[in-house]
Amino acid sequence: MVGLVVVSHSPKIVEGIKDLALQMIPEEIPLALSGGTSDGRLGTDFQRILTAINQVYSEDGVLILYDLGSALMSAEMAKESLPPEKQQNISILKVPIVEGAVTAAVEISLGKDMNSIINAFKEAGLEKSF
Amino acid sequence: MLSASDVIYVLEKMGTVIAENKEYLTELDSAIGDADHGINMTKGFDAVKSKLEDIKQKNIDNIGEILKITGMTLVSTVGGAAGPLYGTAFMKAALAVMGKTEVDIRDFQNIMEGALAGVKMRGKAEISDKTMVDALEPAVNILRESKDKELNEIELLNNVRLAALQGMEYTKGIQARKGRASYLGARSIGHQDPGATSSYLLLNTIYQTVEEIKGKDINGG
Repeated sequence: MVGLVVVSHSPKIVEGIKDLALQMIPEEIPLALSGGTSDGRLGTDFQRILTAINQVYSEDGVLILYDLGSALMSAEMAKESLPPEKQQNISILKVPIVEGAVTAAVEISLGKDMNSIINAFKEAGLEKSF
Repeated sequence: MLSASDVIYVLEKMGTVIAENKEYLTELDSAIGDADHGINMTKGFDAVKSKLEDIKQKNIDNIGEILKITGMTLVSTVGGAAGPLYGTAFMKAALAVMGKTEVDIRDFQNIMEGALAGVKMRGKAEISDKTMVDALEPAVNILRESKDKELNEIELLNNVRLAALQGMEYTKGIQARKGRASYLGARSIGHQDPGATSSYLLLNTIYQTVEEIKGKDINGG
C-alpha cells in the first residue's frame, strides 16, 4: 500500500484532515501526520516529517501532501535526507491538501498504486502542477 | 584569515544579534507575514549556541563541519520558512569549506555563493521577489566583482553588508512574489521584508565581528 503523509503548519489541520479522510474508507491505511513543530508552535518540522515518512514507508511509495510554503521546503529536505533508493519512491504533490488527502485515502484503500493516485488527482481536477 | 574559533565567535555573535532583534523581526513579519520570524530565528540560533558549546568541547576545527552542524540545527529548530532556507544556506556553505581549518576572503566568497545557491534552490526565489535573495544576491555580487580590486578584507566586508542593506531597503518598495507575504499581493508594498532584514543583520554581524577580531590582532591582543 502507498503511504500517505499529510504536512501542515497546524496540528489541528492535519487532525481534521485525518478525520475527514478516515470517514471515507472502511479500514486503516498507512497514514502519518506532521502538524506544527515539535515544541507546539505553528510551523513545519523537518524531523517530524522524516519520522512520518519512515512510519508509512514501503516500496509502494509515499505520497506527501502539504499546505503552505515552508511545508514544501521541509518536506523536500526530509525527502533529500533519505537514501536515493527511497527518495525515488516518494512523491511530494501540489494539490489542495483536504481534497487531495481524501482522494488519496480512497485510492490507497482500494489498493491503487502511485500512478493511479496521481491519475485520480488529474481526473478530479486537483492537480496544480506535477 | 579566520580560524575555526573565530568562525565560532562570529556564529555566536549572530545569535546575539538575532536575539537583540527578535521583536523587530517579528514586528516586520506581523505586517506582511505570520509574525514569527524573530521568535523562530531566536529559537534556531539559541539552539545553534548550545551546539557551538559542544563543538568547542569536542575541539572541532573543521569549519565546513561547524557550518554544517549550524545548518542542520537551524533546519530542525526554526519552524518557519527560515529554517529550511537558512539551514540549506549554511549546509551548502559548509560544502565550500569542508575540511578547512582557516578561511580567507575567497573562501568567504565561496561560502556566500553556496549559501545563495542553496536559498534560491530551496525557496525557488529570484531577485525582486521580496525575499532574503534581495539582500544576499547583491552581497554576493560585491564579492564576485571585488576580485580585481585592491580592497582589504574589512573594506570588502563593509561593502558586502552595505549591498545587503541596500537590498533590504529595496524590498520596501516591491510586491512580494514568494512566501506568506505573496498572499497579500499589492498590500505587501511599503513593508520591508523580514527575511531580507535578517540576512542583512547576519552579514552586518560578520563585518562587525571580523573587524573586532582583526582589531584585536593589530593591537596584539
